[in-house]
Amino acid sequence: MTELSIHGGANTASARLGRLAIYGALAIFAAFYLMPLAVMVMTSLKDLDDIRTNSLLALPERLTTFAWSHAWNEACIGTECTGLAPYFVNSLVMAIPAVAISTFLGALNGYALTKWRFRGANLIFGLLLFGSFIPFQVVILPMAQTLGFMGLSSSVAGLVLVHTAYGINFTTLFFRNYYVSLPDDLVRAATIDGAGFFTVFWRIVLPLSPSIIVVTVIWQFTQIWNDFLFGASFTSGGSQPVTVALNNLVNTTTGVKMYNVDMAAALIAAAPTLLVYVVAGRYFIRGLTAGAVKG
Amino acid sequence: MADTRAGAASGGPARVAGWLQRHLPKIVVAPSVIAALVFFYGFIIWTAYISLTGSRMLPDYELIGFQNYQDIWRLSRWNTAVWNLAIFGVLFIGVSMLVGCVLAVLLDQRIRAEGALRTIYLYPMAISYIVTGTAWRWLMDPEIGIEAAVRNLGWESFTFDWITNRDMAIYTIVIAAVWQASGFVMAMVLAALRGVDQEIIKAAWLDGASLPQIYRRIIIPSIRPVFLGAFVILMHLAIKTFDLIMAMTSGGPGTATSLPATFMYDMAFQRDRLDLAATSAVMMLVTVTAIIVPYLYSEIRAGRRD
Amino acid sequence: MNMLKGTLFASAALGLAAATPAAAQTAEVLHYWTSGGEAAAVASLREAFEAAGGTWIDSPIAGGGGDAQATVLRSRVLAGDPPTAVQIKGPNIQDWAEAGSLANLDEVAAQEHWDDILPPLLRDIVTYEDHYVAVPVNIHRVNWMWINPELLAQVDAEVPTTWEEFNEVATRLQDAGITPLAHGGQPWQDATVFETVVLGIGGPDFYRAALVDLDPDALTSDTMIEVFDQMRTLRGFVDDNFPGRDWNLATRMVMNGEAAFQIMGDWAKGEFAAAGLEPGTDYVCAPTPGASGYILNSDSFAFFNVEGEDRIAGQNLLASLILGPEFQETFNLLKGSIPARNDIDMSGFDACAQQSAEDLAAAVADDSLVPSMAHEIAIPRAPRGAFLDVVTEHFNSDMSSEEAVERLLEEVELAQ
Repeated sequence: MTELSIHGGANTASARLGRLAIYGALAIFAAFYLMPLAVMVMTSLKDLDDIRTNSLLALPERLTTFAWSHAWNEACIGTECTGLAPYFVNSLVMAIPAVAISTFLGALNGYALTKWRFRGANLIFGLLLFGSFIPFQVVILPMAQTLGFMGLSSSVAGLVLVHTAYGINFTTLFFRNYYVSLPDDLVRAATIDGAGFFTVFWRIVLPLSPSIIVVTVIWQFTQIWNDFLFGASFTSGGSQPVTVALNNLVNTTTGVKMYNVDMAAALIAAAPTLLVYVVAGRYFIRGLTAGAVKG
Repeated sequence: MADTRAGAASGGPARVAGWLQRHLPKIVVAPSVIAALVFFYGFIIWTAYISLTGSRMLPDYELIGFQNYQDIWRLSRWNTAVWNLAIFGVLFIGVSMLVGCVLAVLLDQRIRAEGALRTIYLYPMAISYIVTGTAWRWLMDPEIGIEAAVRNLGWESFTFDWITNRDMAIYTIVIAAVWQASGFVMAMVLAALRGVDQEIIKAAWLDGASLPQIYRRIIIPSIRPVFLGAFVILMHLAIKTFDLIMAMTSGGPGTATSLPATFMYDMAFQRDRLDLAATSAVMMLVTVTAIIVPYLYSEIRAGRRD
Repeated sequence: MNMLKGTLFASAALGLAAATPAAAQTAEVLHYWTSGGEAAAVASLREAFEAAGGTWIDSPIAGGGGDAQATVLRSRVLAGDPPTAVQIKGPNIQDWAEAGSLANLDEVAAQEHWDDILPPLLRDIVTYEDHYVAVPVNIHRVNWMWINPELLAQVDAEVPTTWEEFNEVATRLQDAGITPLAHGGQPWQDATVFETVVLGIGGPDFYRAALVDLDPDALTSDTMIEVFDQMRTLRGFVDDNFPGRDWNLATRMVMNGEAAFQIMGDWAKGEFAAAGLEPGTDYVCAPTPGASGYILNSDSFAFFNVEGEDRIAGQNLLASLILGPEFQETFNLLKGSIPARNDIDMSGFDACAQQSAEDLAAAVADDSLVPSMAHEIAIPRAPRGAFLDVVTEHFNSDMSSEEAVERLLEEVELAQ
């Protein structure tokens, strides 16, 4: 629809005014969206005196990176003064396999459900989709029992399993909606040539999927990285993910509350997902355009 | 099954291979189905069962009937939570949709720096509620946030104390939640706008249709499915809103910002009332079901037409 | 002081190491002590444990005064993988014991003569069917007022001893443009103030009838209406920005001269100490107004049934360390509380702690020692939650005292 925009008399005064209004509106929205982040970044770069004497929205008087280095490897979390660094690694170790497995399963499911339609395929899809509306607080206790029964409690493997199980529905939704719009003929032609289920998947379907894979990976990574409830419930001691450590760090105060360190820690914990959005954001929208949101 | 005839052949090993080939799609899907049956439906049944018991701190499997479903409505906290969810849900979904659509339409006007703006609108989705909730709590805190900053600039009577006002606090949650989710709606709508057939629009334009007419007659109808999709995702977020409340108000002032999700968490883990927690969860699920099943039905019917 | 602590621990460690030879000792400790003096206090326990040759696995879960931890604990127990020691308290200990999850500590208790050194109310809290299942760490007094003496002097006021006097002083402060009461609007803080008012207006017997036995007559009595009236009056003495404020920020208001009083347990002392302030001169501690009495709050560690010799050895070591005289002294100096055992020399403690210990002995003698409702010592968590809901709703709205009493009765009944 970009074609029509406010075109026609692009040079008239009223059109120019219109453009100005659009840019103005976009800028105001941008300011609103950036405000919390700006406050966090500014606070993290201030020293404590500055925070105490000046308002939250004021620019830093002196820039200091003390808060960042302190949050990264010195701040006390409970009785361990290690900073966020080790927990950051824990989160990576947990999130990477969980994202990979749930994305892969979602792709397989989406492919099987759309290109090899069998009786009950729609029902299965409906079952999976409905599952995403279960409130997570409900599943903690039965999940704990199940993990204990499987011998996976308080382990990274257990947490990966939990995140995979509760991610499959979304990954399947994304891939299924994308694959629905791929022409069936592609698959049919290949099967006539004798290609099997997996051959078609690897050779034909997967190479067509990078945009939807990006969408799914971004979504899953964000969800899993930012999870607090499962991480707190199913890990212990030094194996906690970074969100749990962040909560502990923010609540660990000795004497004076160090707002700058809290904010730096929050930004460190948020950095990977922020980075993913900034770097891959455009692919996200492109992937959505490619059909992920259809229906 | 229409597409799976490929491996049909005669002979022993070939027959096995053929069987495998035919059933492979089901075998591939099976683990996910089993996971869903156990982790979603098994746990839903477990929860429904617990709601019919008198479980306190730990699960107790002796049935007591529907007593909990009567008791819960006598708790003022639950009534507040339900009413808040109605206010929050309607405003959050409505405003997020509106803001998302406005942003998408504005961004679709051949904007310079579109990529940067898109990222700015979308990034809140990347950060966890615990983090953004804390930032918003500061901004809204009359002593250190926006109110203090504006007063410092000289406007002494400026007041923005919603977060400490029991009648207004729920709206501060709406603001933060809209901030977080509207960018996602923007992305979905923008994606859909880009998918609308340019030829039809051009034709309408040449026929002399005005811009609002084109939106009303052509563009909005053709991106309707996206509204549904966005609605479902927003509703999913609305019902699960929990971390944000905990980080911003912990349900206060008083119990003014309680939601069913916080009610359930408190009952289960603070009050040792698993039975009431399960009861509230079942009622949330029933509500969701009533709204989501028609959507799923239309989704699946649409799938069949393909 | 640090060196002294080190040697004390080392000698304690030697003795214990001799008592429990060979087996390695491991303890995974689940706790929510992550802030200020609390974190320092738990670190001192860890130090002592490690000095005695044990391996300490730290599992802090901050947040919600232990709510986040409660979630984790339940999922760990249901998964069949309980932590060694967990910071739980009051009737919650009884619940876990009833569920059969707690280990028996009678052997250590006999060895260390716990029967002789613990006040009776504390012994009831940490035993189940006459067996020790938990170890108390400290005794906190809830009904304290923290006062900025300068502000009081500005209006020529004495420390009030009845609620009428308090109201009168507070009105004078308000007229002078001073916020009388620093308060944080969180349900547990509202309930903390509430229970001190219940004790002050109703006295210890009424307190027990209403907040421990949950007697319907007491809950709907005129005295209870009077209590809610006083809460309404107190609401008028609080500044507008109180909702959601953390208690330590309220303490800071008293320190900085922004408010005259705070009603809070003696953990508030840690904040004054961290700022280098001295009791008696920079700030004043006094029991809350009205009838005398002692509202007790006590932290404790419960020991779960664990498997493996090293873990059981770890439990025994930890249990005897926690109630050992050296640790009791170091820990409680850091935490602001007083020792759980009654044979510790109080001369090293500050004036407020010494008064707390004296008042405790007096309260035991004249039967005015009562358990805290707000801090989960008096009643299980479900009825406590009902109190919190009603008290906080009343405090934050314009609900009448009569309606509050009615609601209280209904919600407390539902919660049982």
